[in-house]
Amino acid sequence: MKVVVDMNKCQDHGQCVFAAPDVFSMDDAGHLLYVAAPDETLLDEVEEAADVCPLQAIRIEA
Amino acid sequence: MPSGRVLVAGASMAGLRAAEQLRAAGWSGAITLVGDEPHMPYNRPPLSKEVLAGKAPFESLAFRPRASVADVEWRLGVRVEKARLAERTVSLDDGSTLSYDGLVVATGMRPRRLTCPGPVEGRHTVRTLADAQGLRAALTRPGARVVVVGAGFIGCEVAATAVGLGVEEVTVVDPLPLPMVGPLGELLGRALRKRHEGRGVRFVLGTGVAGFTGRAGFGGFGGFGGLGGEDRVTGVVLGDGRVLPADVVVESVGSVANTEWLDGNGLDLADGVLTDALLRVGGRPEVVAVGDVARFPNARYDGVPRRVEHWCIPTDTAKHAARTLVAHLTDTEGELAAFAPLPTFWSDQHEFRLQSFGAPFLGRDDVRVLDGDPDGDVLVGYHVDGRLVGVVALGGQAVAASAARYRAELLKQPALTV
Repeated sequence: MKVVVDMNKCQDHGQCVFAAPDVFSMDDAGHLLYVAAPDETLLDEVEEAADVCPLQAIRIEA
Repeated sequence: MPSGRVLVAGASMAGLRAAEQLRAAGWSGAITLVGDEPHMPYNRPPLSKEVLAGKAPFESLAFRPRASVADVEWRLGVRVEKARLAERTVSLDDGSTLSYDGLVVATGMRPRRLTCPGPVEGRHTVRTLADAQGLRAALTRPGARVVVVGAGFIGCEVAATAVGLGVEEVTVVDPLPLPMVGPLGELLGRALRKRHEGRGVRFVLGTGVAGFTGRAGFGGFGGFGGLGGEDRVTGVVLGDGRVLPADVVVESVGSVANTEWLDGNGLDLADGVLTDALLRVGGRPEVVAVGDVARFPNARYDGVPRRVEHWCIPTDTAKHAARTLVAHLTDTEGELAAFAPLPTFWSDQHEFRLQSFGAPFLGRDDVRVLDGDPDGDVLVGYHVDGRLVGVVALGGQAVAASAARYRAELLKQPALTV
């Protein structure tokens, strides 16, 4: 699975971090970091992260 | 494989999330969504900000539905008219009637309108894309004088966006003494007022609106010739008799639930649709409610049923309601947990963000600064009987992120008993 975050849209709300902490995290300044090619077993979490992104900036590619 | 149909009444975010969560919960039968807007579901928070500012085209607002709902039926531009729950049917305003095995109430809210006397032309709300586009056209006319009625989140976001667009006269009117004081309390209400005033927003607080002044339209406003003859707003009459000149009025005075189609079924529709702790409606296991129209008890707090208009609620309710409904439709045994979401909301105004976790309004009589200072970046805690029930950050990204660190603590707490 490939995760793409549109960093032009992302405003560092961090909702994805709560939904999928194995894939998304925040650095000390509160800016988003993420794993671009997470394990398939994390699909449910990543879908949830995409749902809860206020900017709808997360895209999942098979 | 289950047969039958789930009808989702409402095709906004809550309807879409309900359909997706029905699939995620194992429902492989038919799903039909009915919605009165002509568009596929789209994201509304940008309407008072990026869309008004002209920075977000519609394509950027549309949700990307999950692949699991590629086979659902969308009936857009059609309104649900009358539910007959005992017969399990809903009639639509195109003359058709749909029967269902499961029903999801997702018809949402519409803006409350002021009913005081005066012209209608020139008065706006912000709920739909069409609303935001109309308001943008009005705000970008040179020399527009703007009065926002209602100093809640949407009103203050609109005021901030208007200032950002270069509108010189932006006034916010509210009968309460401070902006956003209901949900946030006085400490942040004062801090927010100061920030807005420092960026050119004027507040007239402690007075309501008694009416509007107007003049007959002669097509004198460019682009509105087709409406010539209709009275246009020229000012807002306050409760104390003062008149604020205005070409553009924005009414952000709360919302009204779209539940008329459920009348006559013996439901409690006093404020939205009352649900039980599993989001079921009227004691019927085949009817659930989702989104801001659902008035649900939150097992995390005092058990008082409330409607919640936060952006996260459609997704939270959809997940829970879908499990409830699918368990019933597929005769699945097992204990279902009471709905207990941790409320979360944010608001972007000017260059600063408000970020909230928990239920600050429950603890607004005991507000303490946890970090920082109200004139800069600040983190505020809200307490009931000394216990933290909510945190709100105001300022830049770093303090918003620091609020998130309290989220885990709030999540771990046992239920609040009052």
